[in-house]
Amino acid sequence: MNNSARDQILSDIRQALNRTTSLDKSVSAALETRLAAHSIHVQPVVETDFVSRFIAKSKAVASTVATVPSLAQVPEAVTQYLTTSSQKLEVVMAPDPLLDGIDWPASMKIERRQARRQDVVSITGVFAAIAETGTLVLLSGAHSPTTLNFLPDVHIVIVRRQQIVTHIEDVWRRMRSEVNEVPRTINFITGPSRTADIEQTIQLGAHGPRSLHVVLVEN
Amino acid sequence: MKVTSQAFATRAVAALKNVDLQRAMAKAKGGFIDKRRVAIEALPEFEQLRSVAREIKEHTLSHLDFYLERFESQVIASGGHVHWARTAAEACEIVVDICRRVGARSVTKGKSMVGEEIAINPALENAGLEVIETDLGEYIIQLAKEPPSHIIAPAVHKTREQVTDLFQEHHSRYGYNQRVTEIPDIVNEARQVLRDAFLSADVGITGANFLVAETGSTIIVTNEGNGDLTNTLPGVHIVTASIEKVVPTLEDVTAILRLLARSATGQEMSTYTTFSTGPRRSADLDGPKEFHVLLVDNGRSQMLGNEFREMLRCIRCGACLNHCPVYSSVGGHAYGWVYSGPMGAVLTPLMVGLEKANHLPNACTLNGRCEQVCPMSIPLPKMLRQLRIREFEQRLTPTRMRWGLSIWAYLARRPHLYQPVMSIVVRLLEILGRKRGRFRYLPFAHGWTKVRDMPAPQGQTFQQAWRRSGDGSRL
Repeated sequence: MNNSARDQILSDIRQALNRTTSLDKSVSAALETRLAAHSIHVQPVVETDFVSRFIAKSKAVASTVATVPSLAQVPEAVTQYLTTSSQKLEVVMAPDPLLDGIDWPASMKIERRQARRQDVVSITGVFAAIAETGTLVLLSGAHSPTTLNFLPDVHIVIVRRQQIVTHIEDVWRRMRSEVNEVPRTINFITGPSRTADIEQTIQLGAHGPRSLHVVLVEN
Repeated sequence: MKVTSQAFATRAVAALKNVDLQRAMAKAKGGFIDKRRVAIEALPEFEQLRSVAREIKEHTLSHLDFYLERFESQVIASGGHVHWARTAAEACEIVVDICRRVGARSVTKGKSMVGEEIAINPALENAGLEVIETDLGEYIIQLAKEPPSHIIAPAVHKTREQVTDLFQEHHSRYGYNQRVTEIPDIVNEARQVLRDAFLSADVGITGANFLVAETGSTIIVTNEGNGDLTNTLPGVHIVTASIEKVVPTLEDVTAILRLLARSATGQEMSTYTTFSTGPRRSADLDGPKEFHVLLVDNGRSQMLGNEFREMLRCIRCGACLNHCPVYSSVGGHAYGWVYSGPMGAVLTPLMVGLEKANHLPNACTLNGRCEQVCPMSIPLPKMLRQLRIREFEQRLTPTRMRWGLSIWAYLARRPHLYQPVMSIVVRLLEILGRKRGRFRYLPFAHGWTKVRDMPAPQGQTFQQAWRRSGDGSRL
């Protein structure tokens, strides 16, 4: 039955398009060319100082941003953020080589795994960050479990300056050249979770993280 | 769900008198319009993007079979399954079968208008499954046992007090006995209650804002994060999507994404834009083990071949609802099915049958704002007029109105008759209305004069006045 539904829908579509069969070879070749070209359409102007733009756009969507000169200062920035927001130094961390390479303080309790219900704070890296919109891009994989991005109350994201791109399309270009296959999940995250379903009033922390904190590493 | 669009007039009157509804609608209306305007003014490329988006969709629709087949093969290549359904009934059967096969007991859902369209919830409940809506708005209306009243803000018709009452009634069984009245507390209580549902669900069902042919990805655009917990935590992820959602490449969808959130909520990007491609990979630490995409036709392949084809460009942003004076006055429930406002007045008759919804295309002032704000430039007023023509052709128009229209059409096509008849009518009305200068009641037009007076004519028809003035400069 499923196959007959498929065939009938495709045949109804062709009939609606005044065709009886699949496309001519020449037309389908043109469509293949279009698919392979990955042509970029109109893009909004992004100023030359796109790092400042990324920071400004992140803050505009209620993320917080701390800038540190190098990876060595990340633990201090994270500790300070957790202390000021009255959180315990207990985190669940993505098993990401970048994060493993950081010298975390012994006082911080760290588990490297996917998220569970009781986890309060998660720390992850990113694949890229987009200046155009202040968006973080995370690709699922052994080093980046998706649940870390959604279950905990606080999501801390370590972004290196060279990971910031100007436009959304730059992510696709980088993904095609650096990743073998499209991952199960690509998350574009622009600020902490929110809802406006009650009286159209924006309230943060609907189902995903209540806070999103970006630690931007300059070098 | 049962279609009650034929009761539009009575429901609209009731809606206008419903104090809670009017309060809720008044709060929502300005916000949507202002936020959209600000977002679009901040993007000088908006009009260019609009024409690009239209081209992308038209190109895709012209080769819809090719792109659907490509999408299908890419989903399969990434380890997922694709199912096709001609009708709502077929679609429900497929989803229920998957749930049965995996022995599911509970299902969490992300917001899906196609899910509403095919009425998946009752189908799953009849099969003995527990179904939990997890988008806050959808959750509220599920508790209230109501359909959505807006395609992106399903509970926009509810006041905060009504939500408080609903939560008190339904959450005491989870041990929440405190009455929550402030928005942060209401949102937090829903967050806590739904956590258990997310973590214990066997199947997660989401919709799709777009399908990408190139990669076999399904995309959801959300703000709450419920869609992501729905498509990540359960062992099985099912996507319900309609066939017109496909676009060729990631670059194509990027262009349209720049229009969607701005038109819908005035955001540059929604909080979460998520691309799902296949099930979890062998090295992944989380994610569903099965990934299914259900492609639903439900009348769309017919639309592709007729004068309503352009409606298939719709990306369900809700801008036409927010800018419609009729929708803003009566809310979504008066429309009597799942889609409302201008897009609903076009889609409902096409999907449920014009004979069950022929009042909707008439609930329009043809002011044209919907088309002006539509990011995909869909000529909604033209389509509403086309539906009125179909209504007349199918003899669904009330008899008295048909007579009136027929008489008028007969005269209008014969100027030598039209002009003398009109000058007699106008003179007669002038004499009858001389005393007051207006009419409080006119036979055959009682509905019109019930809420306003008809001014009495001043003695000449327009054409007579035009002729007398010579060049028309001194009317």
